Amino acid sequence: MIELNNVSVAFRQKKETIHAVKNVSLQISRGDIFGIVGYSGAGKSTLIRLINLLQRPSRGEVIIQGKNILTLNKKSLRAERKKMGMIFQHFNLMEQRTVYENIHFALKYSGIKKEQRAEKITSLLELVGLSDKKNAYPNQLSGGQKQRVAIARALANDPEILLCDEATSALDPKTTTQILKLLRELNQKLNLTIVLITHEMQVVKELCNRVAIMEAGEIIEQESIVSIFSQPKKNLTKDFIRTATHIDQALENIWQHPTLAHLTDNELLVELSYVGEQTSEPLLTALYSRYQVTTNILYGNIEILQQTPVGSLIAILSGETLQQEKALLFLKTQNVTVTLLKQHAPKNEGQKLTKGGTNNE
Amino acid sequence: MNDFLLHYFPNAIQIPDEIWQSTVETLYMTFWTALIAGLFGILIGIILVTTGKNGILKNLCFYAILDKLINICRSIPFIIMLSLLTSLTRFLVGTSIGTTAALVPLIIGVVPFYARQIENALLEVDPGVIEAAEAMGTSPLGIIFRVYLIEGLPSILRVSAVTIINLIGLTAMAGAVGGGGLGNLAITRGYNRFQTDVTVVTVIIILLFVFISQFISNFAIRKTTH
Ligand SMILES: Nc1ncnc2c1ncn2[C@@H]1O[C@H](COP(=O)(O)OP(=O)(O)O)[C@@H](O)[C@H]1O
Ligand SMILES: [Mg+2]
Repeated sequence: MIELNNVSVAFRQKKETIHAVKNVSLQISRGDIFGIVGYSGAGKSTLIRLINLLQRPSRGEVIIQGKNILTLNKKSLRAERKKMGMIFQHFNLMEQRTVYENIHFALKYSGIKKEQRAEKITSLLELVGLSDKKNAYPNQLSGGQKQRVAIARALANDPEILLCDEATSALDPKTTTQILKLLRELNQKLNLTIVLITHEMQVVKELCNRVAIMEAGEIIEQESIVSIFSQPKKNLTKDFIRTATHIDQALENIWQHPTLAHLTDNELLVELSYVGEQTSEPLLTALYSRYQVTTNILYGNIEILQQTPVGSLIAILSGETLQQEKALLFLKTQNVTVTLLKQHAPKNEGQKLTKGGTNNE
Repeated sequence: MNDFLLHYFPNAIQIPDEIWQSTVETLYMTFWTALIAGLFGILIGIILVTTGKNGILKNLCFYAILDKLINICRSIPFIIMLSLLTSLTRFLVGTSIGTTAALVPLIIGVVPFYARQIENALLEVDPGVIEAAEAMGTSPLGIIFRVYLIEGLPSILRVSAVTIINLIGLTAMAGAVGGGGLGNLAITRGYNRFQTDVTVVTVIIILLFVFISQFISNFAIRKTTH
């Protein structure tokens, strides 16, 4: 559906050249909700603007539905753009036009008859749940309502692709959830392919089936949502996920806790993460029955991603050193990722270990 | 009432026709200059904003030339522009005296000012909205007429009011060198013949024009801002 092949974008400025996108390749299939996550300045907006060529690449190919759109002339490119909707962080509605007129703007020269345009706008407003705001001006609407108008406008020409540039970043959490729900419905109802960029993993978690992590112009990791949450490889990816699952926050609290200062020789503070139908309980029972290692859970979190549970536990394992090692090996055979956060430090009792710990994979 | 006028405006009351005539001339110059310079100013303003940095038809070389040209024109004092343009005026209108002749320097004086004002007004249009329109496949002409001129309307009205008020001032100056109108009246009667009351009357009329245009534009801005 959407294919970027080795695209790069360089902005030449007086002194230096900014490489906003570096040699990125992406394939997005029909019906995907594809998330691109990265911190501000990573090049996400530049990347998404490549898809409708608001930004032309310095190198590489942009192929939409099998067509290399870089070769199109201006007029055909405009026709192509009508088949892709786009929504923005700050909604970008026309202040001087009513809700109705804003949507009408997109339809005006689409070759549809006037009455049909009116019907279309009515049904679009129904779709986004704003029928009663037809004659309101944008500044009479809340942020969430404005984004709904923007979505209706983006869908006016029945696009197959919707590009969302930080579409929920200016909204409060509750409104964000509502907009994400709307996007999911649209994806299912209209088989709409959605490309969504955001700096919040939370958004990706709730909506996307595939995700790419972007840093300094590069896609550093690209996976299905379940595997990226369960087996993140790059540190940045881990950062994003830990923020989204609140595990960092939990750790922060745990570090403050007094029991930690008194980890004994036989205690390990670990983080366990696992994917899939298995639940943690039988595993923890097995740890005890097989190795006499007891588990004291300090924090637990389960995410259901695309119907697959992804769990994280922070726990203290206590038992004999040798048995502990065996237990850790056993966990590994069960596809549980174990991260050692802290162990008993003989000389310097209160020593603080690096928070990420060492990965014991 | 009559006594009051006789006492304070002894000269002005003698020449109601002349005052009326001058008022009409001022309106004539203001109207035609506003119309013609308005069209050119908007056109050039649009060219500036579309070819400039971040413009939809970016052409920085072209922009730089136009930009310099406008700066040069704007830095020539109007009174000098008037004498500088006499031969051009004579060539275009056949004479360099009278209200129609005054239109040439007035238009050339106002266009660069207004074009710059329009450029600034249109730059206030949210670039995000322009981007959204481009993303919808809107053509450059569509963006100019359906986005810039609509979204920028309140700002355009605001700078137009400023320009009109400036223009009324310029018509008075053009009057000083034989253009007619209230400026001419103030010079020939008030200044040359010490009929200060005539000057006061012209000031009152000009102030009235300024207030009226201010009022109308404020009203229009309020009506068009949502
Ligand atoms: N038109 C431009 N001209 C020059 N530099 C730009 C332009 N657009 C973006 N950049 C630069 O490219 C980098 C990536 O920007 P952007 O794609 O907006 O990042 P993000 O959306 O991830 O925050 C930034 O360093 C930004 O300053
Ligand atoms: Mg961005």
